[in-house]
Amino acid sequence: MAAINLNVNGKMLSVDVDPATPLLWVLRDHLNLVGTKFGCGMAQCGACTVHLNGNAIRSCSLPVSSVKNNAIVTIEGLREKGDHPLQQAWEELDVSQCGYCQAGQIMSAAALLKRNPKPTDQDIDNAMSGNICRCGTHVRIRKAIHLAAKTQSKK
Amino acid sequence: MATTHSRRNFLKVSALSGGGMLISFSLLNLPAEAKALEEMIFTPNAYIKIAADGSIVLLAPNPEIGQGVKTSLPMIIAEELGVDWKKINVELAPLHSKMGRQTAGGSGSVRGRFTELRTVGATAREMLTTAAAQQWNVPVTECTVENGEVIHKASGKKLSYASLASAAAKLEVPAKPTLKDPKEFKLIGTRVKDVDAHKIVTGQPLFGIDTRREGMLFAMVSRAPAYGKTLSEVDDAAALKIEGVKKVVKIKNAVAVLATSTWAAKKGRDALVIQWNASEKLENTAEHFATFKKALEKPAPTEPARNDGDVDAAKQGAAKFLDVTYEIPTLSHGQMEPLNFYANVKDGKVELFGPTQVPGAVRTEVSKQLGIAEENITISSPRQGGGFGRKLMTDNAVEAALISAAAQSPVQVQWTREDDMQNDFYRPAEMWRYRAALSADNLLSWHQSGIGIGRGVRGDSYVAGAIANYRAEGQGFTSNTPTGWWRAPGANTLAYVAESFMDEVCTALKKDPIAFRLELLKKAKEQTVGKINYDPEKYKSVIELVAKMSKWGSKTPGVFRGFSTWFSFGSYVAQVVDVQMVDGQPKVKKVYCAVNCGRVINLSGAENQVQGSIVDGISHAMFPKVTFVNGAVAETNFHTYKFLRMRDAPTEIEVQFVESDEAPTGLGEPALPPVAAALANAIFAATGKRLRKLPFAEQLV
Repeated sequence: MAAINLNVNGKMLSVDVDPATPLLWVLRDHLNLVGTKFGCGMAQCGACTVHLNGNAIRSCSLPVSSVKNNAIVTIEGLREKGDHPLQQAWEELDVSQCGYCQAGQIMSAAALLKRNPKPTDQDIDNAMSGNICRCGTHVRIRKAIHLAAKTQSKK
Repeated sequence: MATTHSRRNFLKVSALSGGGMLISFSLLNLPAEAKALEEMIFTPNAYIKIAADGSIVLLAPNPEIGQGVKTSLPMIIAEELGVDWKKINVELAPLHSKMGRQTAGGSGSVRGRFTELRTVGATAREMLTTAAAQQWNVPVTECTVENGEVIHKASGKKLSYASLASAAAKLEVPAKPTLKDPKEFKLIGTRVKDVDAHKIVTGQPLFGIDTRREGMLFAMVSRAPAYGKTLSEVDDAAALKIEGVKKVVKIKNAVAVLATSTWAAKKGRDALVIQWNASEKLENTAEHFATFKKALEKPAPTEPARNDGDVDAAKQGAAKFLDVTYEIPTLSHGQMEPLNFYANVKDGKVELFGPTQVPGAVRTEVSKQLGIAEENITISSPRQGGGFGRKLMTDNAVEAALISAAAQSPVQVQWTREDDMQNDFYRPAEMWRYRAALSADNLLSWHQSGIGIGRGVRGDSYVAGAIANYRAEGQGFTSNTPTGWWRAPGANTLAYVAESFMDEVCTALKKDPIAFRLELLKKAKEQTVGKINYDPEKYKSVIELVAKMSKWGSKTPGVFRGFSTWFSFGSYVAQVVDVQMVDGQPKVKKVYCAVNCGRVINLSGAENQVQGSIVDGISHAMFPKVTFVNGAVAETNFHTYKFLRMRDAPTEIEVQFVESDEAPTGLGEPALPPVAAALANAIFAATGKRLRKLPFAEQLV
């Protein structure tokens, strides 16, 4: 065990954990931020996607000791009021079915929109192919990303 | 249609402690259709709670696994009740002794409960209306309801349901409440967003995996690494040394490690040194298929499910004879939320909370295994990260209860993806042989013969009834690899083989796939051979609609089309898949889908189910398969057990529902079965290559 300092959703926090613990389990079990989901444990499904300095990363495969001072943002911290254009678009288009993968999908999409405010279908395919959805909400996800991009450009 | 059977209704009304009223509805007779699935099915029921503070809670009685029933079932109650949907609170109901069929399976939630839930809503509405009429001293017939208020138009008086709830609770329950004229429906048939949409997109705790309870330990379990292996010896010394590990307990053929965090539990589990001995044959997929192949070369040893005319005689003098074999792999469920369950066994009582499609069966099984009476066991389920049939099995919940009992601690058992892959109840592998005799321009005989674990075959499904010489037979196969239900069981494989073969028949006859099917359905209707389980007119309704939607017959350069149609769970579906071949692989440009599922409850949810089933169907047609190697599953996680990715997803899916006043039929599954054949047929149109084996992608490299 070791005391590790983390910057999560804008707050400085300290946890006493095994340094090899994947960030995912620190978020879920120690910080009670359970919005980030476990799906595969080997960076194959994207359910655990969070932002590390604004980039989408798979928290299930990142040891907490390697996070250092980098800013982590989880689905809970994407927007304080939960009104990110993507979150609004997801609700507007009723994207979810079971809903389990959607936090990870939204975090991947948020990182995409940050670096590419007007993504094409091809850009979306590339950025979102790391996230699995077994319910098959892909077509609605694609539409929601386009809708959010539009909303964002109007602001 | 599951709505015309006789039933005995029991309604109970009791006053709530806050001065509100609670209505429970119980239905003891199972629908005729549901009886066949008795083991996973219970009698329906629903609740309405109108509290004195004005809040209205509707309980969604069936598990929510992504099929949208937490939204659609309360919509049915709300419609009859006459309340403002935006002001309704919805909760998932716990398992309750009088709540009937609290199962998610067989696409049965909406079709099984439509009339019951309408009655529940109408009962409450009538009682509230009567209460208002008595208070105003006016005839009930002069009162109407709207947005949670009873209105007396003549006098302009209004009273809210909240203010009427106490008086209504004292009234007698109407024996036969009047249901609304469906023409007056305001909510049913509209687009309603998932009731949990906001919670989902903001990452609020909703799922079993998110459960956190006082004193709870996290557990991981070491289970047999291969089917046919049994636990022999355990050395837990290294596991117990890991910081955070609290206990190691042995249950049946498994060992559980309990710890203060999921990660510590996993490290502890991985540190166990266990000797597993082979106690049975360690099976291999390659051997299964070799056995299937041999069996299909010989006449089936079982009586055919149907044998019209004489398929062998029809072969004599036929212009052409088709004889082909299709191969279907084992599949895992791969629901996105790995299995988990919370259990607390204490002082002769059990509390269970977690993902299951069959809470009733879980309670029965836990009761049996722990020797604790059912009334001392409570169980409820949160929203679930997919089901697809995996959680029709009770193993995850029962295991958690056994671990809690053995460790004397509240526990959350968490599975890894690898645990899910190796400990599933798989869709079994199958092989099918299809034979048809053809004249120069017609289909003379149809002979389908299947083999697989538990594989029977119905005798009365399409295209039986349309062909004079028809034979269907299925034979079982025994294996120690476990099998279970997988989304649209039976239909998901049969539709692929039958509709692929139908396309082969059309090609051989040089007939248009849609025109020829309509020809067959006409025969099935007008000159029916024997008994059939489908309605040719409804089949026709979706085929004609999808032909119109897709402008069937038109051609776009570089785009190739495939057609397929299937009837399952009471619903008819027809699909046209448009593909372009890119680097030898199909890129699905568009899928057109026509559905006849009776009345649609939630248009948004219904479309989502259909679109999702199509994507799910394409995914499983293209990518994954399970291979047993010496009893172990070779595909251990999503790097080798592959699903469709965003880049493989269709660009567009257009869904239309045939307008219908009939009661709703199933929708969580029926759009999945036809899509694999429609895709295979499109790939054939593009490449001339028949894909008689799933999955496709690896054959197109």
